Amino acid sequence: MSDADVRGVVVGHGDMPQGLVDAVRHIAGDVADDLIAISNAGKGPLELTADLNEAAGSGPVIVFTDLRSGSCGIAAAYSCKDRERRAVVCGVNLPMLLDFVFHRSMPVHELAARVVEKGRAAIQATPAADS
Amino acid sequence: MSIVLYRVDERLIHGQVVIGWGHQLRPDRYIVVDDELSASEWEQDLYRLGSGDVDVLFSTADEARDRLPEWQASKLRSILLTRETSTMRRLAEGRLMDGEHVNLGGLRHGPGRAEVLTYLHLNDDDVRDLEAMAAAGVDVTARDLPDAHKVSLETLSKSRWKSSS
Repeated sequence: MSDADVRGVVVGHGDMPQGLVDAVRHIAGDVADDLIAISNAGKGPLELTADLNEAAGSGPVIVFTDLRSGSCGIAAAYSCKDRERRAVVCGVNLPMLLDFVFHRSMPVHELAARVVEKGRAAIQATPAADS
Repeated sequence: MSIVLYRVDERLIHGQVVIGWGHQLRPDRYIVVDDELSASEWEQDLYRLGSGDVDVLFSTADEARDRLPEWQASKLRSILLTRETSTMRRLAEGRLMDGEHVNLGGLRHGPGRAEVLTYLHLNDDDVRDLEAMAAAGVDVTARDLPDAHKVSLETLSKSRWKSSS
């Protein structure tokens, strides 16, 4: 990983962040090592924001959250406020993370727009099979 | 009574409040009493993202004390939220909340705070605030979600004493 590559931080409720990162590792391998999972369990807003800032480091980063609102979404917004090289992507899902880990050399905001598109496109209702 | 829930929760408008309590109490609005947030439109917008279709009103503690009787008499069903016990205590002073119930829903680690419940950490100042509310006629209990066990202030105080000694 180069310093210019975008780092990914997944923040969400309960065990979900680690579960998503584990799933990426299971499917894509070691590229998941640069995804950091942070759970909100037992943390107040200030502690969660501090954890996010520490994980984000000084380089470009996308903070993925499960919900746009609530403690995770608000902590993500606080951690990215007025920071050009940070972006928040809400509604994280596995397809967007899988796309993310293979395109981390892209500019951070272009990559954020890309993974939103990929994640959205992956949500579909499968038609019932003809009986 | 149309303030259907008074709650101390440092996360303010979040999943437990909107989904857990909101679906049961069907509020018409959330009233967030917080001096700092009342001065920050950016932060207010963040919290509004989580309220769904329900209106959110932000108020300073001073304004809230002036308007509390109006909100209590209103036909609109309100959930009133503070993120500190001290703010709720200010509202209760002068028995403005006599006979009301205050729900403690979430306070985490902080200076001098000890775990009383998994979702509730209290320090000496918090306990003094809660006792002052009780002395002002307020029934103070802890419960994170509507179907959870309700814990009395007496039990909380004993737990706090045990966990900090």
